[in-house]
Amino acid sequence: MSEKPTAKVSLSASIARFREVGLLGFIILMSIVVQLRNPSFLTLENLNDMITNTAILSILAIGMMLVIITGGIDLSIGATLALSGMITALTVGAYPNLNPIMAILLGILVGIVSGGILGVIISKGGVLPIIATLGMMYIFRGLTFMVSGGKWVSAHQMPVSFKGIATGSFLGINNLILIAVITYLIFFYFINHTRTGRQIYAVGSNPDSAKISGINHDRIIWLVYTLMGGLSGLAGVLWVSKFASAQGDTASGYELTVIAACVLGGVNIAGGSGKISGLILGSVLIGILNNALPLINVSPFWQMGIQGSIILIAVILNALVKRGVDLNALMRRKI
Amino acid sequence: MKKLSMIFLSIFMVFSVLAACSQSAPSSSGGKEQGAKDGKKRFAIVFKNTGNPYGEKQMEGFKNAIEELGHEAILKAPDQPTAEAQIQMIEELISQKVDSIAIVGNDPDALQPALKKAMDQGIKVLSLDSAVNAKSRMVHVNQADPERIGRVQIQAISEMIGGKGQIAVLSATSQATNQNTWIEWMKKELEDPKYKDIELVKVAYGDDLRDKSVSETEALLKSYPNLKGIIAPTTVGIAAAGKVLTDKGLKGKVKLTGLGLPSEMAEYIESGVCDWMYLWNPIDVGYLAGYAADALVSGKITGKVGDKFTAGDLGDKEVVQDGDGTQIMLGDPFKFDSGNIAEWKEVY
Amino acid sequence: MENLSKKNFSLKTFFLQWEWLLVLLFILVNIINTNLSPYYLNFNSLRDATMTFLDKAFMVFPMVLIIILRDIDISVASIVALASVIMAHLYSLGVPMEMTIVICLAVGAICGLINGLLIVKFKELSAVIVTLSTMIIYRGIAYIILEDQSAGSFPEWFGFLGWGYVFGIPFILIAFVVMAIIFGLLLHKTTFGRRVYAIGNNPTAARFSGVQVDKIKVIVFTLAGIMAAITALFLTSRMGSTRPNVATGYELDVIAMVVLGGISTAGGKGRMVGAVIAVFLIGFLRNGLGLINMPAQVLMIIIGLLLIIAVMVPNLKPKVKLKTKAVKSQSKQIAG
Repeated sequence: MSEKPTAKVSLSASIARFREVGLLGFIILMSIVVQLRNPSFLTLENLNDMITNTAILSILAIGMMLVIITGGIDLSIGATLALSGMITALTVGAYPNLNPIMAILLGILVGIVSGGILGVIISKGGVLPIIATLGMMYIFRGLTFMVSGGKWVSAHQMPVSFKGIATGSFLGINNLILIAVITYLIFFYFINHTRTGRQIYAVGSNPDSAKISGINHDRIIWLVYTLMGGLSGLAGVLWVSKFASAQGDTASGYELTVIAACVLGGVNIAGGSGKISGLILGSVLIGILNNALPLINVSPFWQMGIQGSIILIAVILNALVKRGVDLNALMRRKI
Repeated sequence: MKKLSMIFLSIFMVFSVLAACSQSAPSSSGGKEQGAKDGKKRFAIVFKNTGNPYGEKQMEGFKNAIEELGHEAILKAPDQPTAEAQIQMIEELISQKVDSIAIVGNDPDALQPALKKAMDQGIKVLSLDSAVNAKSRMVHVNQADPERIGRVQIQAISEMIGGKGQIAVLSATSQATNQNTWIEWMKKELEDPKYKDIELVKVAYGDDLRDKSVSETEALLKSYPNLKGIIAPTTVGIAAAGKVLTDKGLKGKVKLTGLGLPSEMAEYIESGVCDWMYLWNPIDVGYLAGYAADALVSGKITGKVGDKFTAGDLGDKEVVQDGDGTQIMLGDPFKFDSGNIAEWKEVY
Repeated sequence: MENLSKKNFSLKTFFLQWEWLLVLLFILVNIINTNLSPYYLNFNSLRDATMTFLDKAFMVFPMVLIIILRDIDISVASIVALASVIMAHLYSLGVPMEMTIVICLAVGAICGLINGLLIVKFKELSAVIVTLSTMIIYRGIAYIILEDQSAGSFPEWFGFLGWGYVFGIPFILIAFVVMAIIFGLLLHKTTFGRRVYAIGNNPTAARFSGVQVDKIKVIVFTLAGIMAAITALFLTSRMGSTRPNVATGYELDVIAMVVLGGISTAGGKGRMVGAVIAVFLIGFLRNGLGLINMPAQVLMIIIGLLLIIAVMVPNLKPKVKLKTKAVKSQSKQIAG
């Protein structure tokens, strides 16, 4: 009796693993090709650079995954990131003695407020996520330009401690990587081991039955957009600290990169499924693309076409692999 | 049937609104004199995009000049740096019957039909900073000779690296016309035999995005371990390169120069990552454009070679030949180094 | 059965109200604009204003169909760029202009067809990810073709498309109205249109009742490609030359207009007329605020607020919403 369910679990787990193995294989293959063209690709320094540059993307991808799991989408994150980055930069510019931790908290707060408003509009106002976030994207971006008065906050206006957030390291590991890892651990626990975390999946895979089973649908929807906002706020501070400059048009269009990372990582855009492990692979693939294409010295005019083709090939391969697995599973069931 | 009638109704609505407007405003194509109604002429400037401190300063200079002359300045900038958005703004300005349009073009050719329409309606059109083609303007206000800008950067990097080694260029987008012209002149300067030991290994494009500029700079450093110098003729690019060189502790090993905003670059010039760089004063570029626009409107100049006028504090200026068209030159690019950066970083 | 007719009834009244709301908003915008700027209420200026925003509006029609189908196409702006670049490049190589226009339309159709085929062949990939990838690829190809160059200097007559008048009315406005009627009839008066709604309401049920879902999807996405090519014609004519980065960000503008027009991204709902009114609503609003030289950042905030408020107001009627939801879940059960 007890054997049957475990067998089922291991089967579905192996399917999931297999999907990710496919993506992992693709990443390894690509790394080998790049390594052959430019031996400096797989050096410690480059890997460190690459992961550091991908840290912000991967932090945003967690929030986006939660949003997509509930069947929504968030186009406003680039603008939220810019707004929180700009407000934080202006604040540390005015109060250079502000503790960097406080700066991070301020950025997160700005993000949470932005995301909270968005969440209310979507959950209580009943506005579809794509249109609500599109509208808020314009609003947040406009606000960013307004609070900055069209100016940028430059490196010399920021205290050393603030710039140190992104450049500093702990035990030889860059702070950005550490922050990303901690965020991942927290969210891994939250998604897999808390009631609320599981409810997010329930709402995404079947909203009606989730409602019937007593899950507060509106609260969960509000929560994911607020979390997304908070993560965008965090990313905003890290971004400004990393590049030592805050602009009104920071990260414009970045939302599409984040969505691409999620979808590559196997997050189903229709909602209901998505895993942290896949997300990491998706972010890494995007990170490698951004890092490797300049390295292998292709013409800059070809970069965009190659990038798009690789994304398309990766998702199609992933789909084909999944088809094969499903077919196998089906045949086994027949027997 | 209801649906169909709704469609027709809506179309009818649109037309009726249009028709109503034509009736209530019979003097539609009437007046150039309308602008002079209250004695004030109106001068418009259209920058590339909003939220750009360089552009804000340019518009500030333009406004200063126009207000000194006792006229009204209209400052506009679209939210995205595209020619399409600028075409729309030009149409809006034509509707407002302004006296003059000064434009910082997002594309040299694509604004031609719109600007021609403006000129056909008697509006004086000039470009500044980023030129539009000769057919779509009366005169161009040039911040500095592109040949000088290109050549001086090669001279600078050559001096920094001791005339020997690999160099790379980190530009804005591959579509940026100003940058492309300057890079052409850089390449011409490099043909001089005295640079025979300098090799330009790559022109990379950071698209004026922080993250991409950083990735491209890092890739340059890894692909060319012997790289001696980077020229970044764009504000975002040079600051991003300065940041990378600082973080990687490559100060002194890889030299950096180019064109950048003093406020953005102050940190890296003071720390010595970038010995010196160049730029012109965007306030002066706007100021000169303001006076040039006034001279065009008042008929003092027509945009022909040899025309002369006085540009406020900047003194006398002359219209000179520039390819097919004509231009007014501000001066040489200005050099920013550790000696003067402190006073300029607060200005722009 | 009773439920179904009830649903039709409530939806009909609901959307009649929606479109009237848009008309009211449109009138309101015109009144406000007239008071704001002395230059607004002027035949020439209003007429020419339509020319500035109608180029991208051609993509609104197929986007209405796509969103009714519960899909989305974010590659349209890139198709515009690719079609425009190929047209201009071939012309500069000496191909006659008439020929390049045909090729431009063909390029649009092929790009749309590829989108459609990928979407129906790989059903596990949603339209978002397919068109997100092709969005990058199509523009990428445009970059490969023209690199850092621009191409243009078209014959004089080509400028007529974007700048010409017929009996004092802009040609582009006439073309837009003709297309609006064609697409309105297609969606509301043909079997094809009814099937589009059927798929949008319930794809599974539609499939079981013999609707060739795949075929219709491919046709609709191909139409989107063709309309993007038509946008490319008008836009290129207005600019007189082209570059690989033209029409950047148009896809979001188009989607915003469609959704403001009352077409629900949940599929199956909405009508062409709403989208048409939304096009003029946003266009005239932008024009009016542009005439008083409103800073771009304020304009962004106003457009954002308008989008959200306009969509939120009718949603504050919970009864209608509940009804449709109940019907939906029921039909889902039937289908399952």
